[in-house]
Amino acid sequence: MSLGIIIVSHVDKIAAGVQTLISQVAADVSVTIAGGTDDGGVGTSVEKIQQAISDNKADEILAFYDLGSAKMNLELAQDFSDKPVHLYDVALVEGAYTAAALLQAGVDRTAVEAQLADLKIK
Amino acid sequence: MTLTLEDTLKWLHGFDATVTAQKAYLSELDTPIGDGDHGNNLARGAAAIEDALGKQEPADLTAALKTIAMALVSKVGGASGALYGTAFLEMAKASRETQEVADLLAAGLAGLQKRGGATTGEKTMIDVWAPVVAAAKAGNLTTQVIDDAVQATKPMKATKGRASYVGDNSIGHLDPGSVSSGYLFSEMLKAGVTA
Ligand SMILES: Nc1ncnc2c1ncn2[C@@H]1O[C@H](COP(=O)(O)OP(=O)(O)OP(=O)(O)O)[C@@H](O)[C@H]1O
Ligand SMILES: [Mg+2]
Repeated sequence: MSLGIIIVSHVDKIAAGVQTLISQVAADVSVTIAGGTDDGGVGTSVEKIQQAISDNKADEILAFYDLGSAKMNLELAQDFSDKPVHLYDVALVEGAYTAAALLQAGVDRTAVEAQLADLKIK
Repeated sequence: MTLTLEDTLKWLHGFDATVTAQKAYLSELDTPIGDGDHGNNLARGAAAIEDALGKQEPADLTAALKTIAMALVSKVGGASGALYGTAFLEMAKASRETQEVADLLAAGLAGLQKRGGATTGEKTMIDVWAPVVAAAKAGNLTTQVIDDAVQATKPMKATKGRASYVGDNSIGHLDPGSVSSGYLFSEMLKAGVTA
């Protein structure tokens, strides 16, 4: 099972920025993003999230996200998805960075989750 | 009473017209305690519902509720889309077993609670859905019950959703999602659906 990362944010530039940041330490980890609404506004979109899940090269997904509806729409996409998607209530930047660095080092999901436990905020 | 396809269409057309007319007011309510987009979000949802229902007349109640749910889920782009969408999706599922209005609304409420993780008293639309479902089960849902529930969100402090970030400053404002839920149930009564 390969593990990939998706970033869901209300703002496209936040999602893209986190992707830039974490890709620097995780060149071999598939990172896909869903930022903003379908029409480019501030919000989250189930369709964009579904796209990010299916575009991700991995067959199991670790998801990081920001406020409010990001989690709800992720859970909706999770219900509709064939790939397993795991959600983490952690600080977005620190959580995604931690997961990316650890996945690049080849650790498994249990070990990633142990590190993420300290970053829980929501 | 049982919910029919015809009443559901009438109900949702009424809701769509009301949220579209009240778009500015709903967004205004969302400004001091949120991000000022609730009316715009729901107006987008209302247009999507009208579009989807207009494209293809649903074959039955389940199909109608599902069409409404998918329009909300895919077009609203905020918490209220995921929440209302899930509520209608759960009503669609339940409608295969029962068409009793109170049972369907209860299934919708359970969906909202599953999706948002909120309970009563947290200043969310749950504070309207819960008393409405209780009244519907008792067979005495009136506009008074709905209006009272909406007004009761004013003194509450938000502990879920965007409004929770402003803490005590959320006190004294109506919850926008509760106001739009109030429209939903008022329009249901106006469409002749009693519970
Ligand atoms: N966890 C929740 N449970 C139930 N209702 C909620 C929850 N979070 C928000 N709401 C409801 O949603 C309404 C806000 O809807 P709106 O369309 O403005 O979404 P939003 O909060 O701006 O979404 P986003 O999180 O994308 O910014 C609130 O007034 C409240 O009634
Ligand atoms: Mg809002």
